[in-house]
Amino acid sequence: MGQIEWAMWANEQALAAGLILLTGGIVAVAGQFKGWYFAAYSIAAGVLVCLLEYPRSRRKKGSTMERCGQKYLTAVVKLLGPLTRNYYIRAILHAALAVPAGFLLSTILGTVCLGIASGIYLLAAVRGEEWRPIEQKPRERPQVGGTIKQPPSNPPPRPPTDARKKQPEVGGQENPIPVEVE
Amino acid sequence: RMGCWILNEKLSVLLLLVWLGLNLYLFIDTFHWYEDDNAYIYTRIMLGSTLAWARASATCLNFNCMLILLPVCRNLISFLKGASIYCGGALRRQLDKNITFHKMVAYGIALNATVHIIAHLINIERYHSSQSKEAGELRNKLSGLGKSPNESYLNPIRTYETNTAGEVLTTIAGITGVVITVALILIMTSSTELIRRSCYEVFWYTHHLFVVFFTGLIIHGMGQLVRGQTPQSLLLHNVTYCKDHYWEWENATQCPLPQFSGNKPVAWKWVLSPMVLYICERTVRFWRFQQEVIITKVVTHSSGVLELHMKKHGFKMGAGQYIFLQCPSVSQLEWHPFTLTSAPEEEYFSVHIRVVGDWTAALFKAFGAEEKAFKELWMLPRLAVDGPYGSATTDIFRYQVSVCIAAGIGVTPFASVLKSIWYKCCNPNTVLALQKVYFYWICRDPSAFEWFADLLFHLETKMAEKWKNDFLSYHIFLTGWDESQATHIALHRDDKMDVITGLRQKTCYGRPNWDNEFKQLAENHPSNSIGVFFCGPKALSKILQKTCNSYSSVDPRGVQFHYNKESF
Repeated sequence: MGQIEWAMWANEQALAAGLILLTGGIVAVAGQFKGWYFAAYSIAAGVLVCLLEYPRSRRKKGSTMERCGQKYLTAVVKLLGPLTRNYYIRAILHAALAVPAGFLLSTILGTVCLGIASGIYLLAAVRGEEWRPIEQKPRERPQVGGTIKQPPSNPPPRPPTDARKKQPEVGGQENPIPVEVE
Repeated sequence: RMGCWILNEKLSVLLLLVWLGLNLYLFIDTFHWYEDDNAYIYTRIMLGSTLAWARASATCLNFNCMLILLPVCRNLISFLKGASIYCGGALRRQLDKNITFHKMVAYGIALNATVHIIAHLINIERYHSSQSKEAGELRNKLSGLGKSPNESYLNPIRTYETNTAGEVLTTIAGITGVVITVALILIMTSSTELIRRSCYEVFWYTHHLFVVFFTGLIIHGMGQLVRGQTPQSLLLHNVTYCKDHYWEWENATQCPLPQFSGNKPVAWKWVLSPMVLYICERTVRFWRFQQEVIITKVVTHSSGVLELHMKKHGFKMGAGQYIFLQCPSVSQLEWHPFTLTSAPEEEYFSVHIRVVGDWTAALFKAFGAEEKAFKELWMLPRLAVDGPYGSATTDIFRYQVSVCIAAGIGVTPFASVLKSIWYKCCNPNTVLALQKVYFYWICRDPSAFEWFADLLFHLETKMAEKWKNDFLSYHIFLTGWDESQATHIALHRDDKMDVITGLRQKTCYGRPNWDNEFKQLAENHPSNSIGVFFCGPKALSKILQKTCNSYSSVDPRGVQFHYNKESF
């Protein structure tokens, strides 16, 4: 089990925890449960966690599946620099965010989930992982394509030039009418 | 187009509708029971309609938890496939979609769990607020019941001055509820596509939290927190009259104090039988693990492919099936699936293992494939084999015309099939329904699968000897090449043999145009039902399925493409 990137799972878990905090918070605020101000806090914490966790980190090797439209959030999260890059900070942040929500029954589930996510992040941090933005590679293709106006008449793989020369000759031999070249 | 799609997918659609219908039926039925039944009038006065919401979603949860284990009992699925041999291909194709079904049921569980939890959160809050002065006299009176020894309580929250979180978490139902929900969430977050693909171990180990989940599920109802009036009490206590005259309780003869009791736990009734089935499943796997496997031959191919020939007592395979391998010296717990590459006609069974991850690399090392020295067979590590398990490709021989499409590594299940075709052709005693096989292989780099090209070459020569050249028509599409390869290919364009594979059939370059290929197939076989078998990535699978449906004739006597997907 040497190559597991724990942060990937932590990310999924934290995002789910964010959504659960948010849902629990909305239920408690909408129902005006006793102590609903904890729920109002949970909504804010849930939104924050979701925003922070939405953009996936680039994997160490191989390609990463991006979440739909994550590039805008990636840019924002990247701006915060070491605060978001370091998983120790993220683990501590999640643990701290989780605590106040633990005082209300509706948001306890969110607390537990976020706590677990924090634990997995800690494990990821210990193993030297960190958040790296997925950057759009500058596309080379359109540049090359831009200069080509016509589709190639002889699509690849093309015979090399010497082989190409031979073909008209073959055609010429079979032609009963002699063809004058220029 | 829509008509074609329904024709081809009718059984899947039917199954989906049945599942949805049963869920809906159970939900509505339970909902009405808790909304209308007299025993719950007082509970409803306290909780409102969230009582019915919580109970209805609980019934759906039980139903889905019963279903979720069935599609992962692979021995059961394989047995059913064997039993349904005379029921036509549609049912068998359905059994290949077991994991899709498993996921669908899982989504059902997640949705119902959400409804159940939210409804109970509101219930707890209502129980709690019923103890406050503002709740009204009837709710206060109901909450106050149970203070003296001969009374039974309705409200599990006994005082207003309490923290509901602490109160609930000390009950059986509360604590198990939190534990099984967390287990469910962990299982779900670790089984997203990304995690399954990139950290299979995390997915695999976390999924075993299902033990916690099912244990908790059975215990959860034993708390009996939701209470209703007892039948005896209903006979003595005229609810319709008494609920409006609560001040007369105990004094009027028709209104003695109502008695309440908790609902009997029912979850175990739902999940017991699938759990027993699953335990049998695991027992069979364990027993298989104990069986001895003899490794007869180890071949290392170039580009990191290990070929293992094995023998096992009582092992019977079908073409295109797969087995699970476990190597105790590599990992005690991990089982990994591999497609069998030998034909059923051969006296051994074999797999080709390509080094792609940790486990395969460790296995490669354990078999000493990196060392040059010859290793005695008895020195090899022990292997355990579970299987073989059926796969869609077994059905190839059931069609007159079969189209096999493989992408990259997806070619492995077809190795066994092609070999088996060859054996069947040679044997004059077998009557083969299959008359024509089209084989497509889309591949970025065929050098990674040299062993397969070898096999194809072997087959081609043998077929040519037997004058059966038109039986198998294969098309290889190469999608990756570099400049020097291109030159090489072009120079040998007019050769009899293909330069890349050495085969008579020329390799095509670039991706196939499926519209053209299917149009051609439909023209060649205007009134056949054609089995299309695919093994490869999901994106292409979707395209192929669409193409299959759009080229199938609406007329049932016309050409029909039956799409079969191999998942791995």
